[in-house]
Amino acid sequence: MPGVSMNKVIKKYGDVQVIHGIDLEIDDGEFCVFVGPSGCGKSTLLRMVAGLEETTEGQMHIGERNVTKLDPSDRGVAMVFQTYALYPHMTVKENMGFGLKMNGHPKPEIEEKVAEASRILKLDEYLSRKPAALSGGQRQRVSIGRAIVRGPDVFLFDEPLSNLDAELRVEMRVEIARLHKEIGATMIYVTHDQVEAMTLADKIVVLRLGNIEQVGAPMDLYRDPDNKFVAGFIGSPAMNFMDGKVVDGGVEIPNIGMTVPAPIATAYKGHDVIAGLRPEHLSIDPKGDALTVDLTESLGGVSYAYLSGATGEKLVVEERGDDRVSEGDKVGLSFEPERMYLFDAKTEQRIRG
Amino acid sequence: MDGLSGQKPIVVWLLNISVVLIVLLWLFPTLGLFVSSFRTGDQITASGWWSAMFPAEQTLQIRAADPDEFRVETSDGVFVVEGQIFGDEPFEGTIQAWSTSSRRLGENAPGDTYDMGDGESFTLNADGTYIWQGNDDQISGRAQRVFIDAETPPEFTLDNYNFVLFDEDNSEGMMKAFLNTLTVVIPATVIPILIAAFAAYALAWMDFPGRALLIAAVVGLLVVPLQLALIPLLSFHNSIGIGKGYLGVWLAHTGFGLPLAIYLLRNYMVGLPRDIIENAKVDGATDFQIFVKIILPLSFPALASFAIFQFLWTWNDLLVALVFLIDASGQTTVMTKQIVELLGTRGGDWEILATSAFVSIAVPLVVFFAMQRYLVRGLLAGSVK
Repeated sequence: MPGVSMNKVIKKYGDVQVIHGIDLEIDDGEFCVFVGPSGCGKSTLLRMVAGLEETTEGQMHIGERNVTKLDPSDRGVAMVFQTYALYPHMTVKENMGFGLKMNGHPKPEIEEKVAEASRILKLDEYLSRKPAALSGGQRQRVSIGRAIVRGPDVFLFDEPLSNLDAELRVEMRVEIARLHKEIGATMIYVTHDQVEAMTLADKIVVLRLGNIEQVGAPMDLYRDPDNKFVAGFIGSPAMNFMDGKVVDGGVEIPNIGMTVPAPIATAYKGHDVIAGLRPEHLSIDPKGDALTVDLTESLGGVSYAYLSGATGEKLVVEERGDDRVSEGDKVGLSFEPERMYLFDAKTEQRIRG
Repeated sequence: MDGLSGQKPIVVWLLNISVVLIVLLWLFPTLGLFVSSFRTGDQITASGWWSAMFPAEQTLQIRAADPDEFRVETSDGVFVVEGQIFGDEPFEGTIQAWSTSSRRLGENAPGDTYDMGDGESFTLNADGTYIWQGNDDQISGRAQRVFIDAETPPEFTLDNYNFVLFDEDNSEGMMKAFLNTLTVVIPATVIPILIAAFAAYALAWMDFPGRALLIAAVVGLLVVPLQLALIPLLSFHNSIGIGKGYLGVWLAHTGFGLPLAIYLLRNYMVGLPRDIIENAKVDGATDFQIFVKIILPLSFPALASFAIFQFLWTWNDLLVALVFLIDASGQTTVMTKQIVELLGTRGGDWEILATSAFVSIAVPLVVFFAMQRYLVRGLLAGSVK
C-alpha cells in the first residue's frame, strides 16, 4: 500500500492563494490527521489529494505514481464525506457496489466485495435498505463501506464524524481505528476535533492559513510543540499563555508575580517572551494570594478553576483530589519549572533552552 | 409582536376564504360540464344541471285508454275501463298525487277513488293501474284526462359520449381530434424534457467557459412572448421543407418550452448535494453516468412537474397548433380547434358541446390528480431550502 507525498503544493482560486506550498510525506499505511481551525485549508488539501480540486502548482504522488493531473477516479483513492453523500435512491448494497460497477467489475466480484465490507462494518442486515431508513451512524458506516469496497490505495475522510451526536462519535472513532488496524491502508483524515486527532493519528499535521505549523506524532506535538499556535491547539483545556520577560536566572511573569527559573541562554536577557503552562501541570498553592478564583467548573473527577492575576490575564488550572478552591478565593500557583514552555513574543516560535 | 399576533388570524382567514372561493370557482363550471354531458338536450333546456342530481317533481297529463275501444260492460249499464295509465313503458318514479281536473291539481292520493258525480268514478293506484267506471254515456267519447304529480328519479345517459366519440356517421366527432392532440402532446412533452435535462445538468454541474452567459440567456428567453416568433418560425419551417405538420408543431412546442424547462431543472439540480456528485466522481463515474444514474433519478420531482406543465399547455394550446399544424385538409385538427368549430356549427346543442368539452379536459384532470404532489414539490424546488 503506497503512501502519499506532496511537493510544494499550491492552490489558488483566481488570485487568492489558499495553500502556500505544502511539503508533506505520508508513509505507507500511516493514519495521518489534518487538524486546524476553520478556513485553515485542511479540507482543501484533502480535496486536492482526492482530485476534486485542481493542484495549481507543485507535485502530488501516490506511491510512485504522479497523480497531480489525474482525474479523481484514476487516483486510487476513496473518500468519506461529512454528509455521508450516499445515493438516496439506491439501497445500501447498490451504494456500496456503485464504484465497482462504474469501473466495469463483474457482478460476482462486486457481490463478494460488498459482502466482505458489510461483514467488517456489521451492515449485513441493512443491505436492502435505502439510506433514508438508516440512522446517522449506520449511514456513515455505509459511506465507509463504500470506500472499503473499492479497495483504494488511500482512504480520505473529510470530517466524517462531525454530523454524529457525541455518543456515536466515540463509537465510530473506535470503529475507524479498528478499521485502520484491520485494513492497514494509508488514511488521511480531516477534523477540527483534536480529540479525534489525538486518538486516531499516527501523524498529525497542524495547519493554519494554508501553511503547515507542525507535523508529528500526537504525543510529540503535545510534549514538544514548535510554536504557540500548536501549543494552544493541542491539549484540552488549552494551554495558558502569559507575557513574561527574561531576567537573570529565569523568566519574570508579572501576572502571577513570580520569577520562574528557566534554562534560557543569556543572549535572551531582556527579551519579551510568552510563557505557556498546561492546566494539568499547574496546581493551586493555598498559601499564595496573587490570583483570584473567578469561576470553578466541577466535572467530578477533575475541576477547572478559572483564575485571573495581577495583569488581568486569565488562566485555567486543573484540580484533582479532595481540596478544591471556590469562587472568590485568593490563591497562589505552584508548578515544576521544567513544565513551562517559552515562546518568542514576536514570532511566537518556541524558545528551546 | 402584538400587531403581528392580532393580524395573523385575519390573514389566515383571508387566505382560507380565497382558497375556498378559488376552489368553488373552478369546481362549479367543471361539475356543471360533467353533469350536463350525461343529460339529454331536452333535459338541459328544461332544468339546470344542479337539479339533475335530485329527483324531479313534475305534473304529467295523461289520458286513460280510449273508452270506445277498451270499455267493458261489467253489469247492466255499468261500463269500466281498466288499465295501466303509463301504458306499456315501465315508469321509473312514484305517483305522489293525482286528480282528474287541472283546477284541482294534486287533490287525490294514490289509491283513492274519486267520485266524479252521477255515479262516475275514477280510481288510480300507486302502481299506475286505474279503474274508470260509469254509465254508457259517461264512458264514451274522449278518454278521461288524469293529472299526475309524479316524482321521477335522476336520469343520465351515455348517449352523448357515444355520439361524440364513437359514432362513425358523426363528421364532427372528437375521436380523431383526440388522437391528433395526443400525437401532438406526447412528443411535445417528451422531447423538451430530454433536451432540457441534459442542458440543465451541464449548466448546473459542468464547468465550461461561458456557462454563466448561457444561463443568463436562458433566463432572458423566459420573457420572450412566443407570438413574436410565430411567423418567422413558420416561414423558416416552410423554407426548409417541414411545412405544416406534426414535426413542425413538435419543434415549435419544444422551442417554446425549453427555456422554462432548462431553468426549472437547472435550479433543481443545482440544489442537489455537491458531495453526492463528487463522491460519484471519485467512484469513477463519468459525467454521463452521473447524469443517468444519479441526477436523473434524484430529479424526478422536477422532471414530473415540468412534464405536467408542458403537457397541460400543449394540450390546451390552440395558437401554436393553428399556425404550425392545422391545414386546409382538416385531417390534423386538434381538440381545441374542434371545439371552436363545434361552437359555430352546433352552438345550440349544449349536450354535444358539454360532452366535447369534458372529453378535452378529462385527460388533463387525470394527469393533474395523478401527479399533483410532484407539481407542488417541483414548483418549490430551488426557491425554498
